[in-house]
Amino acid sequence: MSERASIPKRDPEEVPERENGIEEVTTGSQSVIAALEQAGVEHAFGVQGGAIMPVYDALYDSSISHITMAHEQGAAHAADAYGIVTGEPGLAMATSGPGATNLVTGIADAAMDSDPLIALTGQVATDFVGNDAFQETDTTGITMPITKQNYFADHSDTVGDDVSEAFALAEKGRQGPTLVDLPKDITKGETDQWPNPPKTPETHDEPVEADESAVEAAATALKEADRPLILSGGGVVKSEASDDLRSFAREYEIPVITTMPGLGTFPETDDLSLGMAGMHGTGAANMAVTNCDVLLGVGTRFDDRLTGGVESFAPDADVIHVEIDPAEISKNIEADHPLIGDAERVLEQLDDAMTRAPEADEWREQCQTWTEEYPLTYEMPEDEPLKPQYVVEKFDELADDDAIVTTGVGQHQMWAAQFWTYEYPRTWVSSNGLGTMGYGVPSAIGAKIGAPDKEVVTFDGDGSFLMTMQELSVAVRENLDVTYVILNNEAIGMVRQWQDGFYEGRRMASEYPWVPEFDKLAEAFGARGFRLEEPEDVEETIQAAREYDGPAVIDAIIDPAENVFPMVPSGGDNGLFALNEQHLEMI
Amino acid sequence: MPGPAPDERMRPIGRRNTQGIRIDPEAEATHEPRMAVLSALVKHEPGVLSEVSSLFSRRQFNIESLTVGPTADETTARMTIVIEEPEPGVQQAKKQLRKLIPVIEVEELESAAMRRELALIKVAGDKPDDVQAVAQMYGGDAVDASKDAVTVEITGSKQKIDAAIEAFEQFDVLEIVRTGAAALERGSKTMDSATMESDN
Repeated sequence: MSERASIPKRDPEEVPERENGIEEVTTGSQSVIAALEQAGVEHAFGVQGGAIMPVYDALYDSSISHITMAHEQGAAHAADAYGIVTGEPGLAMATSGPGATNLVTGIADAAMDSDPLIALTGQVATDFVGNDAFQETDTTGITMPITKQNYFADHSDTVGDDVSEAFALAEKGRQGPTLVDLPKDITKGETDQWPNPPKTPETHDEPVEADESAVEAAATALKEADRPLILSGGGVVKSEASDDLRSFAREYEIPVITTMPGLGTFPETDDLSLGMAGMHGTGAANMAVTNCDVLLGVGTRFDDRLTGGVESFAPDADVIHVEIDPAEISKNIEADHPLIGDAERVLEQLDDAMTRAPEADEWREQCQTWTEEYPLTYEMPEDEPLKPQYVVEKFDELADDDAIVTTGVGQHQMWAAQFWTYEYPRTWVSSNGLGTMGYGVPSAIGAKIGAPDKEVVTFDGDGSFLMTMQELSVAVRENLDVTYVILNNEAIGMVRQWQDGFYEGRRMASEYPWVPEFDKLAEAFGARGFRLEEPEDVEETIQAAREYDGPAVIDAIIDPAENVFPMVPSGGDNGLFALNEQHLEMI
Repeated sequence: MPGPAPDERMRPIGRRNTQGIRIDPEAEATHEPRMAVLSALVKHEPGVLSEVSSLFSRRQFNIESLTVGPTADETTARMTIVIEEPEPGVQQAKKQLRKLIPVIEVEELESAAMRRELALIKVAGDKPDDVQAVAQMYGGDAVDASKDAVTVEITGSKQKIDAAIEAFEQFDVLEIVRTGAAALERGSKTMDSATMESDN
């Protein structure tokens, strides 16, 4: 272990001196910070820069603790992960121009996963807007399609209100990202206006209770079902409906599958759990969804990675769709029983309307048979090469029960989804919808700051890690006790898998002739680095990394030939999932 | 023991169409596109037109026309959007529109709703009397005349304007501009900010 004593690290116990925060407003900037403090914001993830300087200047007097990230994309992902683990909007800050455009990927990521996020961007002074001034971009124009709503602050007196409203919108109803663009003259400008408390505009739809007659009809369909199935999505996490979903499923003995964002909403240790469905879901989950006759989808938007081709998705099923956003009803899959409302409340309503459980003994037996027939497996050789699935399984065994898993995007992400057993909501932190490689390193930072008492482990790929690894410097500086495991196959593995499956093995631009030695790189950053090659060293290495107080990076050199199965090819039929390469050729 | 291979597994009988709607596998039913007139009451603030047009473009809804203008209440504006979509697309467009924060209310107008377009047609100036005669046949009028050109104004339904333009083709048409539809429901039914307040 090298000498790192000279690294100035933040003491996590350290409380900011300015615990009272902003007490009086004299400028737009102070109003912005007062609005954030008033909304309960405790942490900000950001990067300084010219046009945002007035806001940072006000932050100097704030109770909000600021984490300086290495890159704005990292700030957005960290804030996003913070939002996932806490349920409250994460705050990302950046300057105008490149600062704002660097946030874009992270904002789009939050939009796809309905993660609560508020972004504040600096902007050139209003006199310069439209003149292609230095570091000017049309930030509200660029982010319009990827925010719930964005704001161009046009007055110092109301800029704090804009921030309050943006915060409320990010959090309420269907969660998502919002942005406030802050021209420098507006934030520097004088005002004595204390901001309004966070409140959503009247035009924002925040349904709670579903229509009673629709609930009755849905309950009737469900109790008369022969092959009922519950599909639990990310909305169950967002609505804190996991407990209700558990008791509902157990009370009426209905098998449960989850989407990827829904991991942890139903314990995978439960007999009724069939695991995750979709492209790389379990055989049992995909057989069940294909053959069910009533499907209760809760907080899901029926994404194509879940449904495969819609023609063959739950084709025999009456669909009951519990969803807070009316625009998701029948967007991808027609809802026979649309129940628009908050998942937690609607599940209670549904429970009240159920007079008996469906008679589904045979169906449950069938689901059990599928679970036995299609376990998630991999071949484990005696010695090398190291199997990625084994690393994930072993870590899961050693880690705390409620440890948080964050990931990058690619094969490693799928192995982390498949071979870790999820039991609690808010323990799966990933880029599900947008599929952003590079989400791993910064997401661990946001997750650990949002949930400091929980163990945080990040599974990353070599490709994904290389995209945002500079954020490791932040994890070191903030002295965050997180463990990164790079499942290193020296390739953009998922692309290579598709090339082998669907492009005749023409491996264009998917293999790296050389990747850095990540353990040494970690040490250079001031983190602890480990290299893992032998299966027999897995446990010891993981324990050593876990025990290290600070960020640790395990460079796990895995079998490069390993691919992710089961697999439903894009647009395919879930019931025809492939268990291996040979199956892919049959379907 | 691994379970059955893909071709040996239990299979469902049903089928959905590409819109995710369950169908009789024997009789493939498809929704034909239709015209729909959507009237949206929106907050009169910067960026609203851009938000709405960006929504329609990124979600690939087929816009026939989009008009926007002030209402009796200076804080709101009304957009009339004519789209051509199959039924699920029409419904989806309405839901997506409602979701935009500056949108107060959205309604699909019945086919009986009053729809009016304005067209300005500029034709060569060599037969001004004949041009005026045709314009009057369509309830229009010449609004500008010079040595080389006459411009007429026609107001009416899309069909009427199509017919008028066809009639003017006997002259040398130099330029045409059309506004797209503005529409209101017949009778006393209205959609205004009062509706918004009663909803909350």
